Amino acid sequence: MADHHSSVTWSHQFEDAGQQHEAASLGMWVFLATEVMFFGGLFCGYTIYRNQYVAGFVAGSHELNAVIGAINTAVLICSSLSMALAVRAAQLGKRISLVSCLIVTILLGLTFIFVKLYLEWWHDYQHGFAPALNFTFAGPNTRSVELFFCFYFLMTGVHALHMIVGVGVLSVLTVKAWKGRYGPDHFNSVEIAGLYWHFIDIIWIFLFPLLYLIGGRY
Amino acid sequence: MATAPVEIDTRVHYLNVSYGIKSWLLTTDHKRIAILYMVAITFFFLVGGVAATLMRIHLIEPNGAIFEPGTYNKLFSTHGIVMVFFFLIPSIPAVLGNFLVPMMVGARDVAFPKLNLLSWYIFMAGGLLVLYSVIWGGVDTGWTFYTPLSTTYLNSNVLSAAIGVFVAGFSSILTGLNFVVTIHKMRAPGMTWFRMPLFLWSIYATSVIQILGTPILAITLALVAVERVFHVGIFDPAVGGDPILFQHMFWFYSHPAVYIMILPSMGVVSELIACFSKKRIFGYSFVAFSSIAIAVISFLVWGHHMFLSGQSVYAGIIFSALSFAVAIPSAIKVFNWTATLYKGSISYDAPMLYALGFIGLFTMGGLTGLFLATLAEDTHLHDTYFVIAHFHYIMVGGAVMGYLGGIHYWWPKITGRLYNDAWARLAAAIVFIGFNLTFFPQYMLGYLGMPRRYAIYSPEFQVLNVMSSAGASILAVGYAIPLVYLIWSMRYGPEAGPNPWGAKGLEWQTPSPPPTENFEQIPIVTEEAYAYGAKEVQVG
Repeated sequence: MADHHSSVTWSHQFEDAGQQHEAASLGMWVFLATEVMFFGGLFCGYTIYRNQYVAGFVAGSHELNAVIGAINTAVLICSSLSMALAVRAAQLGKRISLVSCLIVTILLGLTFIFVKLYLEWWHDYQHGFAPALNFTFAGPNTRSVELFFCFYFLMTGVHALHMIVGVGVLSVLTVKAWKGRYGPDHFNSVEIAGLYWHFIDIIWIFLFPLLYLIGGRY
Repeated sequence: MATAPVEIDTRVHYLNVSYGIKSWLLTTDHKRIAILYMVAITFFFLVGGVAATLMRIHLIEPNGAIFEPGTYNKLFSTHGIVMVFFFLIPSIPAVLGNFLVPMMVGARDVAFPKLNLLSWYIFMAGGLLVLYSVIWGGVDTGWTFYTPLSTTYLNSNVLSAAIGVFVAGFSSILTGLNFVVTIHKMRAPGMTWFRMPLFLWSIYATSVIQILGTPILAITLALVAVERVFHVGIFDPAVGGDPILFQHMFWFYSHPAVYIMILPSMGVVSELIACFSKKRIFGYSFVAFSSIAIAVISFLVWGHHMFLSGQSVYAGIIFSALSFAVAIPSAIKVFNWTATLYKGSISYDAPMLYALGFIGLFTMGGLTGLFLATLAEDTHLHDTYFVIAHFHYIMVGGAVMGYLGGIHYWWPKITGRLYNDAWARLAAAIVFIGFNLTFFPQYMLGYLGMPRRYAIYSPEFQVLNVMSSAGASILAVGYAIPLVYLIWSMRYGPEAGPNPWGAKGLEWQTPSPPPTENFEQIPIVTEEAYAYGAKEVQVG
């Protein structure tokens, strides 16, 4: 078992590279389970108030720009594709292809963050939708609209934070990939970062309809 | 069983492999990290203990002997927050679990050693923040941070304390993650799931709760922090929020958290009972699966903390029935332990005294839990000292007794030295007596109607309160004595040898203290756990 290629290394606590790979993958899956619970708390709170204050949440949702949200959704789905291609490239040992896929993923991620923070958050703030800071919604259900925006900023904020972490991780991977650290025998880190990246995408897939598409607007 | 004497003195082991503060603060050895945790939680235990002592002194007189009511509120909040989040939850998993899980599965270390060290630093960061909060200004929400009290009405250090608990939660999550992966992927050849010591089963169940429950606490406290800073209405009814939602989310974690505290102790007790009866544990797979059952049911009973909160009556009935269901796996454990004792060759060493104490006190704590799970009964007992007595029988009579039993059992393995057995037995007896004198009167106080969390009380409750305070001082002595003889033993105790108790289990097959990588070579497991008895003669 120990007679692997000399290039393959593993940490001292493991018996072989295979065990290390399995442990790292399981570790990421378990971590994602904690993330599901973490976001689950927010989704739970959202669901309860969405049912309690239907009119306010619909009114709040109609103030969001669903077209920009849809574009961002497309951007993220594309980034998931390039991430999946990056993992494949790492498995096949194609260095240039791996580096370019990672860079594309990072750029798409940055695009998402830019659109989210500048085109949406900044816009919302300027129009007086920031709870506690300048919330000035003229209309019925002011309080529940504010509660909606509270959840909107919290949920998209926590999501954006995960995106930023993801971009950081992918940047480190890109540098290492450029140096040729990954190949058919050791693509572990790329695969695990991929799991994380897809997870953030899936969270957004749930956030988008919940926040942008409620109330039968379209 | 290894019978050959191990090479002495010159042997390199995990304690003498390197010296200096840096070698400890940068270690990734799970055994050293366990000791870092042990030092830290002993300190936090002292902090929480001082707060409890001051409370018990204060309650000697009906009008309160020392403090203003506001100060008293800060004392019980300090006691609760520090003891729950910084002693009980990390106690057995982070100390004994860290030390033992890799050795029991037959591995060199946990799956992610660096992450393990990081967990300790996160824990310390959270702990120091909470320490700052309770010392400079204090917190007076109680450990539950109930809204809108915590978000709107109090001006104490709620925010920094909540952030401290939030941060420490990640340490708990990462420790659980490490153990789950270690138990799944790092088991030695031949170590099948049903050959694992029951301690591992209970740590596994605990880890699952830590992984799935703690994130909910994190997000809940984050929402409290957001609400407190921005005054938005997530939980505050004045601005459209729902305070009951906070209680649901808080107890969704904090009830399972009770099992984070007690399940590892149950694992320790299984080890102790088998070793000191020299018998295979009765009904191994039932005990193993009862841990998993407790972990699963723990997520379905949180509403029994909220019978009087205004939640739906029908929800209350369901939660009540589910809470009764927890009694089944708990009873399976107690009955199987007692059945193990039957016709065993029992020796009453100090760890065994703690284990027997655990069985009695846990049974009382568990049965009084059924009183509280009964809807009508709870209406009378809710928020009284009966509740305090109930959960202290579980957490102190159960979890702390288990922790102390485990520390006494594995101390020779951890340090390579034996402590003075007579003193240890005496301390165990003092703890048992002091504990009962402290908390049994509180059952009576609660039944008679004394509410919890008040700085003053009616004069007719004084006798029982004085008894409780007297018991607390005995308990304090019982906790202080081990500190002395255990530290003494590190320098002056006789060499323990690899297996002073004649116990089964991989951790006893390696020298004491173990080498850095635990085993000279990875062991191959050929027999089930607790193969005491006839087999031992053949093999030995």
